[in-house]
Amino acid sequence: MPSLGSDMEAGTLVEQVVSPGDTLQSGDVIGAVETQKGVIEIEVFEDGTFDHWVAKIGQTVPVGAPLAVIRGAGEDALSDPKEPTPTKPQPAPPETVPIPPETEPYVPTEPTAPPEIVPLPPEIEPIQPEPADPEITPRPSEVPEPSEPRPTAPPEECPPPSPVEPDVPPEIEPYEEGLSSQTRRRITPAARRLAAARGIDVTTLASDLKEPITRRDIETIELPKPRTVSTDFRTAIAAAMARSKREIPHYYLSHDIDLTLAEQHLIAENAEREPADRLLLGALCAKAVASTISKFPEFNGHYTDGRFQPSEAVHLGFAINIRSGGLVAPALFDAGDQSLNDLMRNLRDLTARVRTGRFRARELSDATITLTSLGDRGTDAVFGVIYPPQVAIVGMGAARTHPAVVDGELVARKMATFTLAADHRVSDGHRGALFLRAIDKHLQSPEDL
Amino acid sequence: MTDTESALTEELHKIAPDVALTDIDRSADLREEFDIDSMDFLNLVTALGKRFNIPMPEADYPQMQSFDDLAKYLGDRRP
Repeated sequence: MPSLGSDMEAGTLVEQVVSPGDTLQSGDVIGAVETQKGVIEIEVFEDGTFDHWVAKIGQTVPVGAPLAVIRGAGEDALSDPKEPTPTKPQPAPPETVPIPPETEPYVPTEPTAPPEIVPLPPEIEPIQPEPADPEITPRPSEVPEPSEPRPTAPPEECPPPSPVEPDVPPEIEPYEEGLSSQTRRRITPAARRLAAARGIDVTTLASDLKEPITRRDIETIELPKPRTVSTDFRTAIAAAMARSKREIPHYYLSHDIDLTLAEQHLIAENAEREPADRLLLGALCAKAVASTISKFPEFNGHYTDGRFQPSEAVHLGFAINIRSGGLVAPALFDAGDQSLNDLMRNLRDLTARVRTGRFRARELSDATITLTSLGDRGTDAVFGVIYPPQVAIVGMGAARTHPAVVDGELVARKMATFTLAADHRVSDGHRGALFLRAIDKHLQSPEDL
Repeated sequence: MTDTESALTEELHKIAPDVALTDIDRSADLREEFDIDSMDFLNLVTALGKRFNIPMPEADYPQMQSFDDLAKYLGDRRP
């Protein structure tokens, strides 16, 4: 189960596209998982042969736990997973999908424990351990001097399942870790299934009952309110944004950019084009940001483990509003290398997929900088919140006709306010200002974009 | 409701399934009423242009400001 953001703890397998024996190439989609952010397709990153699924449809799997087993070239097949006797993990386990470093040996089934009663992980609420280090979360009265940002490592927000040495098979499945014997209740398989279907966390049920939890018990539980996409989204956004504001010392810049030439260029271009090929101002601005960033590497990359790692590639996250509530900022890969037409086509495709709740894991986790725009019905300016582990977000306000002075004359121009929120651990306002001005310069020669 | 209005309603529903025609002011700004952004509007124009086989140039966008305007625009031009 890949991590699709620092705020994600688990996902539910909802689709299996491949079967044992299928030949896979890097980039193939093997299935889909449902997360707080919607249904996300799971790609493989290496060639091989699909061996078997570890997770069943409908099973919720913690981040880092295996979903399936794929054999690389030359690797022997595991014993048939359908055998009644489960296979113990091999000393050198085959690579799991899709995060090799978190490979954990996994026993698919125990004879005495059919998969239906594998305990589900606790509900995917973000766990916020109390950090012991006062430097990380200072009291309001102990805020460190802003001039001395301390690049301490961010606190572990979502502890992954305890790491297990690959050559030591775990006695129990990773899911059970963290559930004490006091909280683990006896429960019938039917009740377990129903609880999962209704989104009920069985570990939260009253513990004074002596009898096992039955299906009837689960049926009679009244849910406070149905779990909706929007509340899940809100939980995910809350976790990521709270972390951002807690850890990232943002600074903000704002710059008005004259888009008159850009707009004229698009009008001329679009006059010749079918609707399917027309360009939007947002795509042109995305192209301007992507073309500029290579000269400003301190705004493009990830801040992890206490240090900044700039990215060679420009994977431009584009914040997209979801009608039912919430937003996501999936990446346009290698946006700096794409022509404007390609960028527009890909942005259109991405928007369509996001709005139908279908995008890929890498699109959520690999953006290196984000562009957010509230569209032409938005406000004059938007000041973004950096999406960790990124270090910058560019905001584009609504383009508006505005009085401006050009060559000493007061004239009406199409103006938009661009903003930058950036991480002070990595860059300063001086460079941020140069970055925004460089975007401005690009937009004054739209025909070159 | 005319054929054209039905077709327009159908295409709008694909983009804004959460907004019903009965809930909106048909003479008010279409994009406000249906909460659609420039990408949604471009997708709407693309779909309608294909459906009725008409070009729908960007220069005509001012004639597509409300539901009623757009329905009239389509009705005047469709084969």
